[in-house]
Amino acid sequence: MSGNIRLLSDTLARARSEDRAALVAYLPAGFPTVDGGIEAIKAVFDGGADVVEVGLPHSDPVLDGPVIQTADDIALRGGVRIADVMRTVREATRATGKPVLVMTYWNPIDRYGIERFTAELAEAGGAGCILPDLPVQESAVWREHAEKHGLATVFVVAPSSRDERLAEITAAGSGFVYAASLMGVTGTRESVGAQAQDLVGRTRATTELPVCVGLGVSNAEQAAEVAGFADGVIVGSAFVKRLLDADDHAAGIAAVRALAGELAEGVRKR
Amino acid sequence: MPSQYFVPDPEGHVPNAAGYFGDFGGKFIPEALVAAVDEVAVEYDKAKSDPAFAAELDELLVHYTGRPSALTEVPRFAEHAGGARIFLKREDLNHTGSHKINNVLGQALLTRRMGKTRVIAETGAGQHGVATATACALFGLDCTIYMGEIDTRRQALNVARMRMLGAEVVPVKSGSRTLKDAINEAFRDWVANVDHTHYLFGTVAGPHPFPAMVRDFHRVIGVEARRQILERTGRLPDAAVACVGGGSNAIGLFHAFIPDEGVRLVGCEPAGHGVETGEHAATLTAGEPGILHGSRSYVLQDDEGQITEPYSISAGLDYPGIGPEHSYLKDTGRGEYRAVTDDAAMQALRLLSRTEGIIPAIESAHALAGALELGKELGKDGLILVNLSGRGDKDMDTAARYFGLYDADGGAGTDAVVEADAAGEVAEIEGDAK
Repeated sequence: MSGNIRLLSDTLARARSEDRAALVAYLPAGFPTVDGGIEAIKAVFDGGADVVEVGLPHSDPVLDGPVIQTADDIALRGGVRIADVMRTVREATRATGKPVLVMTYWNPIDRYGIERFTAELAEAGGAGCILPDLPVQESAVWREHAEKHGLATVFVVAPSSRDERLAEITAAGSGFVYAASLMGVTGTRESVGAQAQDLVGRTRATTELPVCVGLGVSNAEQAAEVAGFADGVIVGSAFVKRLLDADDHAAGIAAVRALAGELAEGVRKR
Repeated sequence: MPSQYFVPDPEGHVPNAAGYFGDFGGKFIPEALVAAVDEVAVEYDKAKSDPAFAAELDELLVHYTGRPSALTEVPRFAEHAGGARIFLKREDLNHTGSHKINNVLGQALLTRRMGKTRVIAETGAGQHGVATATACALFGLDCTIYMGEIDTRRQALNVARMRMLGAEVVPVKSGSRTLKDAINEAFRDWVANVDHTHYLFGTVAGPHPFPAMVRDFHRVIGVEARRQILERTGRLPDAAVACVGGGSNAIGLFHAFIPDEGVRLVGCEPAGHGVETGEHAATLTAGEPGILHGSRSYVLQDDEGQITEPYSISAGLDYPGIGPEHSYLKDTGRGEYRAVTDDAAMQALRLLSRTEGIIPAIESAHALAGALELGKELGKDGLILVNLSGRGDKDMDTAARYFGLYDADGGAGTDAVVEADAAGEVAEIEGDAK
């Protein structure tokens, strides 16, 4: 293993050696502005996040609930471009030395060019990509380029994934496996389903990769619960909501830093 | 006895096993939907070769839908098309008023075979929504229809029809608040409720197997029309013409003619205010290959893969994507696609109404406008087959505003078109979309 993926793997391994789950935060680039988004990522790292996923805002975020849809909308109306996503990755990585991934729908990469995207992301210091609507069967060319540039390819597994399919997906993935805790789009939920624990167990049976759980987690209590059976806890909408609900930008930054702190405590209480 | 009306592609060579028509198609879906989409493919394959399925669908298509649909020659209309003969395939005469019922009944039977109890669907003009709500009433299935908020206003009659039939209609307020956004919202619902819900997709787009399956259910249109026009004229048409939004009525008409090399397959895309204005939904004319709603096809998008907002006066064609098989037909040259403006479509709508006593849907009026143009190119020996995919009742409010037919407009009637006022009214509706 070489390249930026190494930083991601080392970070997750360190969390495991500390007998805790890693905290993975999601924030869209360009939200509320490009600079404001970079500041929010730094604050989330500062509060205790181990890994950050930077969302590439999309016009048609089919897998996102209303909170992230709203943030994507604001970012796109602000004119966010892929160059801004790359700058976000670069500045966040440089300032913190921590692993930053990009989470994106497939069409922007398809249009931008796979080689161009992977080369620029690696150069910016990015650790890899999460591609929730690119199935393994369509991913061969992407993986070739990602590997060449030392980038992780994180695939999503779902409670509906059958065991033989899990094996196929985890064999093709790298960095970690993103286990969707429930059947649904992004957004905060009252509880994280029992389906999640079962899925993590079934996924672990197929791979040595760390398994991180996302969808629905919004508070320290839920983070602690998920940390009891997963290698990482992924939180997105709850961070975005804090920024959306804040009276001003400074309050939003303080709020996401505070939430990261609470969640970081949660992932240490397994 | 072989099925007469359920006539899937006998060649079976496209799409390939991965769902590709040449470079187009595939299955770009989230993992959460993979099992459900695979289940649809497996069940459809089984159904396709099950005589009991074909028999049941045939029964419905004859005694419920009213197949075969008529083929009507329209000589008074054709006088405006350079003297070519024009025949209309009357899918507007099907129960529910459009071609959409062909696909809906097939997928409703499939829903029952899969043991699912709830159906969701997207709709633009409301024709697919009405057909779906109809089938759900018939089969006792729960039904939720997603429809862009703009479309719920411009097709208010169809919203009332769906609710009368017992469906829940959810106005979608995200994005451009039209068909594309209704599909986004239906996918979000499906991911969350996939265990008991079938997404009854309404066009020949989406992930494999939808483009091939929906095509197969509509293939009857061209099979019937080919037989009918041969009986009536003793020859095949020079061109088969249809409007293209997602492309379901067009592929239904075209498919049986693909092996007939002398028959031009002409799709009419919505040019809106003109392709050069940027306010259009002419995906094959102005788009680039990309991924939208689960498959690779031509897409209206910017240089970084963001989908651009489409525009058409027709809610059913107001979509920035297109079924992958049409992209394949375009790239192979077998299909030809031209763009028809709002104004040309509206003029054709009025002309058919006035000359033949048939009020077409605004969607289908795009094909009629295309036929008028094509007739002039072909000359008086030309023979044109047009798919009249739907009837225009649902569009009377838009048409009345466009032509100034309401008493409040001074009862000007359609001859003294109050162009400026009418354009203003329509622009107001559009203005909300932007």
